[in-house]
Amino acid sequence: MSAASAPLPRWVTYGLMPVLNLAVAFLISGLVVAFIGESPWEAVEVLLTGALGTGEGIGYTLFYATNFIFTGLAVAVAFHCGLFNIGGEGQAYLGGLGAALVALSLGDVLPWYLTMPVAVLFAALFGAAWALIPAWLQASRGSHIVITTIMFNFIGAALMVYLLVNVLKVPGAMAPETRVFAEGGQLPKLTWPFELFGAKLGAAPFNVSFVIALVMAVLVWLLIWRTRLGYEIRATGTNPTAAIYAGIPYKRMVIVTMLLSGGLAGMMALNPVMGASARLQVEFVGGAGFVGIAVALMGRSHPLGIVFAAILFGVLYQGGAELSFWIPAITRDMIVVIQGLVILFAGALETMFRPALARLFWRAPRAAAAKA
Amino acid sequence: MFKKVIGAAVVAAALAAPAHAADVKPAVVYGTGGKFDKSFNEAAYGGAERFKAETGIEYRDFEPTNDTQGEQALRNFASRGFNPVVGVSFAWTSAIEKVAAEFPDTKFYLIDSVVEKPNVRSVVFKEHEGSYLVGVLAGLASETGTVGFVGGMDIPLISKFACGYAQGAAAAKDGTKTLRNMIGTTGAAWNDPVRGGELAKSQMDQGADVIYAAAGASGLGVLQAAADAGKLGIGVDSNQNGVHPGSVLTSMIKRVDLAVYNAFMDVKNDKFEPGVLALGVAEDGVGWALDDNNAKLVTDEMKAAVEKAKADIIAGTIKVHDYMTDNSCPN
Repeated sequence: MSAASAPLPRWVTYGLMPVLNLAVAFLISGLVVAFIGESPWEAVEVLLTGALGTGEGIGYTLFYATNFIFTGLAVAVAFHCGLFNIGGEGQAYLGGLGAALVALSLGDVLPWYLTMPVAVLFAALFGAAWALIPAWLQASRGSHIVITTIMFNFIGAALMVYLLVNVLKVPGAMAPETRVFAEGGQLPKLTWPFELFGAKLGAAPFNVSFVIALVMAVLVWLLIWRTRLGYEIRATGTNPTAAIYAGIPYKRMVIVTMLLSGGLAGMMALNPVMGASARLQVEFVGGAGFVGIAVALMGRSHPLGIVFAAILFGVLYQGGAELSFWIPAITRDMIVVIQGLVILFAGALETMFRPALARLFWRAPRAAAAKA
Repeated sequence: MFKKVIGAAVVAAALAAPAHAADVKPAVVYGTGGKFDKSFNEAAYGGAERFKAETGIEYRDFEPTNDTQGEQALRNFASRGFNPVVGVSFAWTSAIEKVAAEFPDTKFYLIDSVVEKPNVRSVVFKEHEGSYLVGVLAGLASETGTVGFVGGMDIPLISKFACGYAQGAAAAKDGTKTLRNMIGTTGAAWNDPVRGGELAKSQMDQGADVIYAAAGASGLGVLQAAADAGKLGIGVDSNQNGVHPGSVLTSMIKRVDLAVYNAFMDVKNDKFEPGVLALGVAEDGVGWALDDNNAKLVTDEMKAAVEKAKADIIAGTIKVHDYMTDNSCPN
């Protein structure tokens, strides 16, 4: 057996390798920081204390992570079916419309815990609806899903700006956004987990949608590995021809998977729209749909991996903002470079150390055998 | 008696000192377009730099990448004792509304939008008036009777520019037609010079020979396309006459720099006042740019016409319709 393809112990694949990749990414980022004349140690310190040092920092980190869990799960579900859904951005945007309509109409009359399930449903429905046409085009016309979903991001942006500017905007206001939702249309902050440890959440908009995100992660795990539908999705993803031969309807798989994926992306809107700003704003998604791709890659399309990867990206987002806030020489473009390096090493180059590690872990037992 | 006076003077000095020198610790939060967009945010940066050069007082600034970060930065500055805190973009309206309530002792300035709070000063511009003036110039400079407008993101604020411009062009020469295009519907529209250039070209194919760009960094593509085709462009926010000397008819100047500079100065001189400040032609908050780069393009006749329009707006005999009041444009 060649060293490169040799199976590695699980703790190496899932524990050591990601840590090594992260370490290298941070090492190179450190060199970049040193290159512009700032202390890399100070930068790391600011980044980590900014993201994890205070209750408020952790709150922001988890707030960003919530977005990425949803979009990461959306991308992962599609991956399992061999589909590359890069339309998370548009699906989340439309999901925001669904959530906002519920919050605007029911928020005035119902308490939040009754509005929430309806909002979850509508956010998912709107997101799924936005994925339906690309899915149908892929399934029955063979139009590539990558192209159609990214096009739908733009159509979604155009539609949402039209609605926000012409229909939903508060008359006379400058900003294209809806009115503030009533109490019943807002998701409450999650303060008790912080109080448990004596920390303060402060102004961080960490809210109930984090719990919804975790529930969704468990449901996705159940769906993919514990149900017949999940088996069919995975079979189609691994080998569509064999799946069709085995009697799995390809068209239906593509459409059902994309609806699930779009629905998960749509639910992401709950966090910023109903959890944080309590209104629907232009461009509230802010790139989370695309970060979801990196999160899914890094988390190897496994819900547990996605939750960890999402938290890592939350740390980078929150810590990165603190970093450029406290060390002005490190501009926001530098933060993008650092985030890019982490994606490069942890996502794209994640097999870089595999051959070396494989050799290491295969030589050891053989050497032991030779001695004996 | 004498001792008492001295004592009072010392106490007064001790009380007065922090109110002047130590109290001003200014901070700016830019829009998501970034500090160096050659237009709106850069004008704000220019105002802050001018304050620093004149007073020697340092300021802090921050370029957020998304809305959550903007609110975070405003709060960070306020909680660290910065005063005043200036939000440069309508995008920070709701953020300032929230943060200003949390820090009632901090003075906030909001540019391009309005928040009604006792510690918030809102500065808005009458862009329709300034756009009217450059519209007059465009109408007179156009030989084809068709002028163009390329906007950035399709939001009411930009339609306000377009509407004022179209009114000015029509007033300068009867029947002047204004072609209108928006670059996009996402924030990327502020930073897409290629698309800007393409829209300008298509407008020139339809006969436009003067094109006004109100599109942030995308406007640079519009000005480039106009210069390449031997037509005229019109810049926005900052003075962009020098971008292509001889090919930029004028620029609609919006004195965001002045707004930021005054914000810092007001707090330094303890002259903060809450409420809304609307800067129009009369207040020199908006206007048109004339310098060596475009002196040859603006004839005396055009100069007279635009100065007359300016005087009429100030006097109130010309009322430029503001798109934002009813979301529609008469032209």
